[in-house]
Amino acid sequence: MESIKLHYDVPGDDFTRAGAASGDVKRTLKQLGISPSVIRNVAVAMYEGEINMVIHAGGGEISVEIDEENITMTLSDHGPGIENVELAMKEGYSTAPDNIRCLGFGAGMGLPNIKKYTDEFRIDTEVGVGTTLHLKVHIR
Amino acid sequence: MENIFHSVRLDDEKCQGCTNCIKRCPTQAIRVRNKKAYIISDRCIDCGECIRVCPHHAKYAVSEHFNEIVNYKYRIALPAPSLYGQFNNLDNVDYVLNGLKRMGFDEVFEVSKAAELVSDASRRMIESKTLQKPVISSACPAVLRLIRTRFPNLIKNILPLFTPVDLAARLARKAARKKTGLENKDIGVFFISPCPAKRTAITNPLCYDGGIINGAFAIKDIYPVLVQTMDKLKSDDINPMNDSGIIGVGWASSGGEAAGLLKERYLAADGIENVINVLEELEDEKLNDLDFIELNCCTGGCVGGVLTVENPYVAKARIQRLRKFMPVSCNRLPEDFHIDLLGWTHELTPSPAMKLADNVIKAMQMMSELRKIEAELPGLDCGICGAPSCRALADDIVRGYAEKNDCIFWAARSENEDILPAPFRKKEKLSEANTENSNDFEENFLKDD
Repeated sequence: MESIKLHYDVPGDDFTRAGAASGDVKRTLKQLGISPSVIRNVAVAMYEGEINMVIHAGGGEISVEIDEENITMTLSDHGPGIENVELAMKEGYSTAPDNIRCLGFGAGMGLPNIKKYTDEFRIDTEVGVGTTLHLKVHIR
Repeated sequence: MENIFHSVRLDDEKCQGCTNCIKRCPTQAIRVRNKKAYIISDRCIDCGECIRVCPHHAKYAVSEHFNEIVNYKYRIALPAPSLYGQFNNLDNVDYVLNGLKRMGFDEVFEVSKAAELVSDASRRMIESKTLQKPVISSACPAVLRLIRTRFPNLIKNILPLFTPVDLAARLARKAARKKTGLENKDIGVFFISPCPAKRTAITNPLCYDGGIINGAFAIKDIYPVLVQTMDKLKSDDINPMNDSGIIGVGWASSGGEAAGLLKERYLAADGIENVINVLEELEDEKLNDLDFIELNCCTGGCVGGVLTVENPYVAKARIQRLRKFMPVSCNRLPEDFHIDLLGWTHELTPSPAMKLADNVIKAMQMMSELRKIEAELPGLDCGICGAPSCRALADDIVRGYAEKNDCIFWAARSENEDILPAPFRKKEKLSEANTENSNDFEENFLKDD
């Protein structure tokens, strides 16, 4: 069966639009009758990813593929890349600047939460080139 | 079928087939067909937004005619707290309560009285039970229906308690039976309602058995007679009847229920768009640091109900004034009261009204098709096809309720451009005339200079 492919451009530095992509995916999954807990996992992981793109990378792109088994998300940006991935994966570690923290973001839970809410998680990053997250949430 | 009864209806004769209501419906439950609006029963949550927005007054809410009360030997009125905010210069709720009695009721039981008991039960339930936090209020029936239709994942967060009006009806009915010795069928219990959603919940309560309340009178219907009756009351006629305080009466407007919990980690949102935004955030687990979420579909809370008379902000200000002279609360449950007695007896089930198909594979095929069709539509959400958006039309098409040619832009996609409305025609004949006019205008303008 043909999978459903969705694509989103995430604009940088616009908090008002962050969440638009995850919101649309959520609506699509609801119409498909996917179980609520799966939808929640996808929505939370994707929203955190979107926010990361806005805060750190000046925006990026998200591709989502839905088939009978998985929801596969690929989030890529051309931002600064992550110097120390191990550190970035620690809860509470953040490189977000103060002006971002003032907005209630930058608690250092972004990447850890994305990992927590997904079944498969891979991060490709290169300093000065960008970061790509490969995420999968199993449907069953 | 539980969804069959709706208090929100359409008057076919008044409906002009315009697109105002389809755009405002929060569950995309309205389409225009054959020059008339059509409400999709499974999706309608009886919020009344379409009543508010219809310029032709074609949408209306069903409620009982006042004459209904003659069918009962003993008549009980349940005034909503929002009723108290409808009167100018009122400084004593007893005028309203005595007025209702004078109109023909044997008993008046304030819903705000029951609300104080529900506040007490909520406090105990949130503290003692392992409820999923943040706990969402269950008082607004339109919110309940919105959650089961659009946010089924959040059903587990809803406070599983009677609404104040349901508790009031049960207590009042029980007391009346004891006092009069009459049978249930001879006792008529009527809610004085600010909104159609509460009327729907009387016939069709989702989480417990109905049949306790016999009907509802719209505040706007009862108001003219009530005001006249109250005007005729002399101070000697006023018996002290008010038995609720700041907490109970506070339920009339947004934030009142939450304040009654005596906790600080709460949020209160009102107005359907704001409610939807909060539910989205809640679903994405962005509000996990809160204990309680109060949601009211109407702006300002129940004082903003579509069946009220007064502007919600004015009504709220009046209630603030009334509350100033009231005790904090007049009612509480006995210490050893078993809270479960006030709890839901039926589980709230999700309503799959937005789902494309029961089978996921089938739904995915339909979704692929839907996406393809949506990409071919103009994305203007003009509503001329009778659906609220291009996405909704694509949805209707894959379900078999509409066809691509319903879109005027699709129908005109090749040479047939002349049928498009003026803003969308490429060769615009009027533009030349307009240019001439504007030249005239410029010349005249320069001349004056």
